[in-house]
Amino acid sequence: MRKYSIFAVAREAMRGHKGWPQQWTSPEPKKQYDVIIVGAGGHGLGAAYYLAKQHGITNVAVVEKGWLGGGNTGRNTTIIRSNYLYDESAALYNHAMKMWDGLSQDLNYNVMYSARGVMMLAHNVHDVQGAQRHIHANRLNGVQNEWLTPEQAKEYCPPLNISKTARYPVMGAALQRCGGNARHDAVAWGYARGAANRGVDIIQNCAVTGIRRAANGAVEGVETTRGFIGAKKVGVVAAGHSSVLMEMAGVQMPLESYPLQALVSEPVKPIFPCVVMSNTVHAYISQSDKGELVIGAGTDQYTSYSQTGGLHILTHTLDAICEMFPIFSRMKMLRSWGGIVDVTPDRSPILAKTPVPGLYVNCGWGTGGFKATPGSAHVFAHTIANDAPHPINAPFTLERFRTGRLIDEAAAAAVAH
Amino acid sequence: MSGANRIAGAGRLTPARTVRFTFDGDIYTGLEGDTLASALIANGVHLMGRSFKYHRPRGVLGAGAEEPNALMGIERDKARRQPNVRATVQEVFEGMKAVSQNRWPSLGFDVGAVNDLFSPFFAAGFYYKTFMWPKAAWQKLYEPVIRSAAGLGVSPDEADTDHYASRYVHCDVLVIGGGVSGLSAALAAARTGVSVIICDEQAHPGGALAYETGVAVNGEPGFDWAVETACALAAMDNVRVLTRTTAFGYYAQNFVGLAERVTDHLADPGPELPRERLWQVRAKKVILATGAIERHMVFANNDRPGIMLSSAARKYLNHYGVAVGTKIGIYTANDSAYETAFDLKRAGASVEAIVDCRDNPGEGLLSKAADLGIEVLTDHSVINTSGARRISAMTVKRNRGGGSRSVAVDALIMSAGWTPSVHMFSQSRGKVAWDAETERFLPGEYAQDCTSVGACNGTDELQASIDEAVAAGSEAAKATGGKRAAKPKLKGTGAGNWSGGMAGSTAGAGPDTTVKAFVDFQNDVTAKDIRLAVREGMHSIEHVKRFTTNGMASDQGKTSNIHGLAIAAEALGRDMPEVGLTTFRPPYTPVTFGSIVNHGRGKLFDPARKTPMHGWEEDHGAVFEDVGQWKRAWFYPRAGEDMHAAVNRECRTVREVAGLFDASTLGKIEVVGPDAAKFLDLMYTNGWQKLKPGRCKYGIMLREDGFIYDDGVVARIAEDRFHVTTTTGGAPRVLHHMEDYLQTEFPELDVWLTSTSEQWAVVAVQGPKAREIIAPLVEDIDLSNEAMPHMSAREGRICGVPTRLFRVSFTGEAGFEVNVPADYGRAVWEAIWARAEPLGACAYGTETMHVLRAEKGFIIVGQDTDGTVTPQDAGLSWAIAKAKPDFVGIRGLMRPDLVAEGRKQLVGLKTKNPKTVLEEGAQIVADPNQPVPMKMLGHVTSSYWSENCGHSIAMALIADGRAKTGETLYVPMPDRTIEVEVTGTVFFDEKGERVNG
Repeated sequence: MRKYSIFAVAREAMRGHKGWPQQWTSPEPKKQYDVIIVGAGGHGLGAAYYLAKQHGITNVAVVEKGWLGGGNTGRNTTIIRSNYLYDESAALYNHAMKMWDGLSQDLNYNVMYSARGVMMLAHNVHDVQGAQRHIHANRLNGVQNEWLTPEQAKEYCPPLNISKTARYPVMGAALQRCGGNARHDAVAWGYARGAANRGVDIIQNCAVTGIRRAANGAVEGVETTRGFIGAKKVGVVAAGHSSVLMEMAGVQMPLESYPLQALVSEPVKPIFPCVVMSNTVHAYISQSDKGELVIGAGTDQYTSYSQTGGLHILTHTLDAICEMFPIFSRMKMLRSWGGIVDVTPDRSPILAKTPVPGLYVNCGWGTGGFKATPGSAHVFAHTIANDAPHPINAPFTLERFRTGRLIDEAAAAAVAH
Repeated sequence: MSGANRIAGAGRLTPARTVRFTFDGDIYTGLEGDTLASALIANGVHLMGRSFKYHRPRGVLGAGAEEPNALMGIERDKARRQPNVRATVQEVFEGMKAVSQNRWPSLGFDVGAVNDLFSPFFAAGFYYKTFMWPKAAWQKLYEPVIRSAAGLGVSPDEADTDHYASRYVHCDVLVIGGGVSGLSAALAAARTGVSVIICDEQAHPGGALAYETGVAVNGEPGFDWAVETACALAAMDNVRVLTRTTAFGYYAQNFVGLAERVTDHLADPGPELPRERLWQVRAKKVILATGAIERHMVFANNDRPGIMLSSAARKYLNHYGVAVGTKIGIYTANDSAYETAFDLKRAGASVEAIVDCRDNPGEGLLSKAADLGIEVLTDHSVINTSGARRISAMTVKRNRGGGSRSVAVDALIMSAGWTPSVHMFSQSRGKVAWDAETERFLPGEYAQDCTSVGACNGTDELQASIDEAVAAGSEAAKATGGKRAAKPKLKGTGAGNWSGGMAGSTAGAGPDTTVKAFVDFQNDVTAKDIRLAVREGMHSIEHVKRFTTNGMASDQGKTSNIHGLAIAAEALGRDMPEVGLTTFRPPYTPVTFGSIVNHGRGKLFDPARKTPMHGWEEDHGAVFEDVGQWKRAWFYPRAGEDMHAAVNRECRTVREVAGLFDASTLGKIEVVGPDAAKFLDLMYTNGWQKLKPGRCKYGIMLREDGFIYDDGVVARIAEDRFHVTTTTGGAPRVLHHMEDYLQTEFPELDVWLTSTSEQWAVVAVQGPKAREIIAPLVEDIDLSNEAMPHMSAREGRICGVPTRLFRVSFTGEAGFEVNVPADYGRAVWEAIWARAEPLGACAYGTETMHVLRAEKGFIIVGQDTDGTVTPQDAGLSWAIAKAKPDFVGIRGLMRPDLVAEGRKQLVGLKTKNPKTVLEEGAQIVADPNQPVPMKMLGHVTSSYWSENCGHSIAMALIADGRAKTGETLYVPMPDRTIEVEVTGTVFFDEKGERVNG
C-alpha cells in the first residue's frame, strides 16, 4: 500500500499525480471465500478491514449491490457521540469513540474526525430530567457529558436562540465535548483501501439474491447477480435492507425500515462551531468543513423503502432549525436526500450470531449508525472470527427481543441521531 | 449613462429608467430590468467573484440559474443579508448593495489566490492523504484553516426580519417553464377551461426567445409573442401565471414545490409583502417544459472573466442591450454559437474569429459568416487563454498539427452544445435514457403522470417543439376534464440549429496534459481531477462526484455533470451510459429556509395549547411550563416568593385546607359501544367487566412488549360508556394506539372511540375542605361519603351547567374532579374559586401536584417509568387482572427477562440528611468508592422537598429495590456522595385514610 503523507502528496504534485495507485481494485469474485460480508458500507468494509488486520483472515469478499459507501454511510449527517444512557450502549459507543480518535492514523486516511462537541438541548422539565439522567450515568460510566446553562450553551454555540420568549425556550443543554463529526465518504474509502490492500476483494455492482444453506442448515455462500459465491461465513451488514437479506436465510428480523431525510445548505464561511441536537424542537445541525450546514431530523412516520423524501418532513425540520437559529432563515437549502434506516423495537442495534450457523448480522442502527462505525466493525469482525461475540457486543443479541432483555434507548433519543 | 458597453438601440430595457446600485462600495448605474450581471457588464465589470478552492478570478459564465461563478452577497440591512446570490438572476433596484465573496482583502487583490500557485498540491481529494500528523494538529491547525478558506458567502448573523408566505393549490395542469414550449402547452390546455398553473424562474416569459431574436411565432417577433401570450393567459380566470417562480422539487403523486421571489427585485418592498411565497401544488398532470442548458467548452484556463456561454452573451446583447466585449472570440462545437457571433457583429462588436472544433459546421453558416466578414477556423481549438482579471487573448491551434497563434480578445464566447434539463423529470423518479444518436440523456421511463416537451425532451426543432407542446397541453386538458376547444395554431419560424455538440475535454486538455481545464467552475474541478479520481479507483460516477466534488456546488452541476461523466467515461474506456449519471436531488436551485418555513415561526412554530382557565391563571400570576404543546400553570408565586416558597405554601395549603388545580390537559377518550368493557379489558391490564356504572378505576395500559405505556382513571358512565383519562402527553398516542388495535386486532368489537380532551375542562378540588367548597354549587348529586365514596363518578349539574363529577384524588386528600364542557370551564373555575378563597384554599400548579402525588407514592408515567418498566417493577402488580385470558402486553410480560430476578423496582429514598434534595436523574450505587465505570443500581426518578413531611422525598428505580428496603445506598455526585436509605414509596398518610375524609 502506498503510504499517504504530505511528502507523498508533494512528490506526486511534481509529476501530475500520475503515480497514485488505485485505492481499491474491482476484482472478479472468486469461487470461495472464508468470509463474505454483504454490504460495503462503513460497518461492512470496516469489519473486513479488522478481519484482515486483527484476525489474519484475508480471504474475504465484501459484496455490494451498488457502489461502496453509497448507502447510509454516504447519506448520514456524520454526527459522532457516545453519551448513551445504558451501560451496554455506553460501552459500545464509547468503544467507537475511542477508535475515532486515531482512526485517520490507523487507516492512513484522513477521515477528518473533529471533536467539535455535540450539544443536546433541553426545552422543558422533562428534557432536563432526561439530560441529567444521561449526564449522571455517563459520568459514572466514564463517558464525557456535562450540563450547560442556557448562557453557557449560547457561549458554546453563538447562533443559538436562548430567548425566554421562544416557543420552547432553551432550559439548558448536555454537551459531549469529544463528540463531533467526521467525513463519511472518507470512512468508507479509508476502510475500503485498508481492506483491499490486505487482500480483501471488494465486489461492487453485485446484488445478493439468495443465501445458500447446506443440508445441516449452515451457510454455504451467497447467490448473486454475478453468480454463486461460496463462503463458510457470511456477515450481513445491509442497513435498511437487512431484513430482506436475512429473510433469504429464513431468519425473520425485528426491524422496520423507514426513510430518513437530510439536507445541506449552500456553503458559507464558518458560522456554526459544533453539533446541536434537539429532541423536543426536533432537528439537528452542524457545519461541514466545506461550509455547508448539515441538517436532519426524525424519520418519516411510515415504513417504506423509498429514498424519496417529502417536502413536509423537511418543512418540520427547517421550522425547527429556524426556531433555534433564527439567523438561518435566509440560508438556502442546496440539496436534500433520503436514506433507508432499519429500526429495532428498542432502538439499539443487533450485532450478533444468528440461529443459522455461519451467518452473522450487524443491523438495526436506526438513525445513528455512523457514529458507531469503527467500534461496530471491530466487534463484528471479532464475532465472525471467533464465532462468538466480543464482550462489548454480547448484549446486542437477536434473542433479546424474545427474552425481553432490551437496551431501550428509545426513550433516550426520540429524535434521529 | 447606464454603462459604456450598453449598445444604443439594442435590447429591451428603457434607457431613461436608470437605477443606481453599489458593488463592493463603488456606485454604478444600471437600467430597470437589468440583472446585476448585465448591469455590471454594461459598466465594464467582468470580475465578479472568486472560485472556491483556488480563489481564481471569475466573471459570469451564464445568464441564468446555471451560473456557477458570479455569486454575491446582497445586503438590504444587517438582518437582511443574502449570501451566494447569482448575479445573473438578481435584478438590480435603486440603492441595491452588492458585495463580492470569498476574497480578502478585496476582489481585485485576493491573498487566497496564492492557492492557485500551489494548485498542483491541491489535487482532488488531497486532504484525505495528508493533515494526519501530528494527530492533534488536525483539529487545532489544519481544519480551522481549511474551514475558514472554504465556504463562499457570509451567513447572516441577525434574525431575518422579512416574512414569507405559503399557498397550497390544486390544479389540473401544471406547466413548468415559460418558454415557447411551456407557453404553447399552457395555451392549449387553458383554452379547454381546465385549471392551469404555468411558472417560470425568470422575471419575463419566453425563455430562449429573449435572445433568439430571429424567431417569429405566427409572424410576430418571438419574445413579443411570449409576452402577449403570457398576458393573455394571466387574464384567463382558469390560469395562474407565476414569474420569478422556480419549480424546485418534484415529490410523490405530482406534488411540486414552487418558490416565488416576490420582493427581491424591489427597492422598497414595504412591510406587507412577503419576501417569498412557497406554492405547494398538487397537479393532476404536469408538463415539463424546462428547456436545455448550454455547456461550456473544457479547455485550459477556460475560466477567466470574459469567457462565457454563447447563450449568455446573446442574452446580454439582445435582451439587456449589453455587449460583453469589443473584440470577441467564439469557441464552439455546435451551430448555435454562430448566431451569437452574427448578432454581436451586427451590433458593432468585432468578432475576431469563430473557432469551431468541428470541420463541418451547419449549412449556410460559413457563407453567412463570410458575408459579415467573420473569420471561421474550422477543425481548430482554443487551447489556452491569457489575461489577469479578464481574458486578453486566446491561443488557437489547428486540431491536427500546425502551430498555434494568439488572438487578442476581451471576451470569449463558447458553446459545447445543450444539455436537456431533465432535473425535474429525474426528481419525479423517472428514469433517464441515453440517446445514442444525439449522445445525451433524455426522459425515458416515466414514474408519474407527467410529460416532457420541447428542449428538455430532446426536441431541438422549433416547430416540432411547439407541436409537441400543443399536443401535450391538449391531451393533459382532455385527461383532466377539459371541454373541446380548437388547438392553438402556432407557426414558429427563424430558429437556429440547437442540436449537436460535444461532451468532455477538448483538444489541448486531453488525458496527458496537466493544464487546468475547468469542468466545475465553482468547486474548481478540472478535467485532470476527474481523471485522477478514476486513476485512484473511483469507477462509479458517484465516487467520482464525491471524490472531486464535481457537480456538488451551489449550481448543482448544471453545466458540469455531463462533461464530468464524459471525461470519467473516457478515462475508464467505457461508454457514458455504462458509467451512469449521478442522482438529481432536489431542489433544482437553492431555496431559502425562510420560504419553506414561511409561517411556521415564533408562536406559529408549534401551536400552544391553553386550557379554558389559562387567562385566569395568567391573571393570578401563574408561571407556566411547557408540557408537550400545553402551557400548564407550574406554580403561583405571591409577592416575594420564589418557586420553592410558592410550592411549599401550595403543598401545605392543599393538605390543610384545599387547593384548585387545572387538570384540563389530561387526555380524555369516550369509549362507547356494547363491547366497550370488553375492549378496555384488552387495552388495560385491569378488568372492567365488573366495574359498576358510577364507579372509577385506575387503569394501566401496556405496549405489546409488556412495558407501561400510559395510565389514568377510567369512569364507567353507563353499561356501554366509559370516560377514559390519559396522561397529558399521552392523549394523542393512546387514542392512536387504541384505534390501531380496534381496527387491526379487534375489528369484531362494537366500540367507538372519540377524543374528548378539549371538550371537557377539569377543575380538581383537593383537600379537607373540597366537599365544603363545591357542595353549594352542585345540584342533583349527593356528595356524602356514603353516597359518593372515593373512586366514584356522577353526572349532574354544577353552577347550572352539566358536569361529570369524579370523586378521585391524585393528592391523597379527599377530592373531586369537576368535568364541565370546556366553554364553561373558566366560569365554573371562578365560581369554585369564589367559594374556595375565603376558606383559605389556594390555586396550585403542576409542581405542587408532583410533590403531593410523590408524597403518596403515585407514579407519573414517563417520569417514574421510561418504557422499560413493568407494572410489577412499579409496584402495581395489583392492577393486573389475574383471571383475564388476554390483554395487550400479556405475552410480553411473560418473557424471561420480565419475570427475572433482580429487575429494577420502584422504591422510595430518604436522604440521610433530611435537608438534602436529590437531583432527578442521579445514579445510585452500592459502593461509592469503586472505580469508573461504576456498577449502577438505578436512578432517582422523582425528588422533591416535602414541606408536609419536613424532609426530602424521592423515588427511584433500583435493581431488586424492594428487597433493599432499609439499606443504605449512595448517590455519587461530581462534588460529593449522598447517602440514602431505601424506603417504601408512600411518605405521607401511609394508611391512606385522608381520601375518605
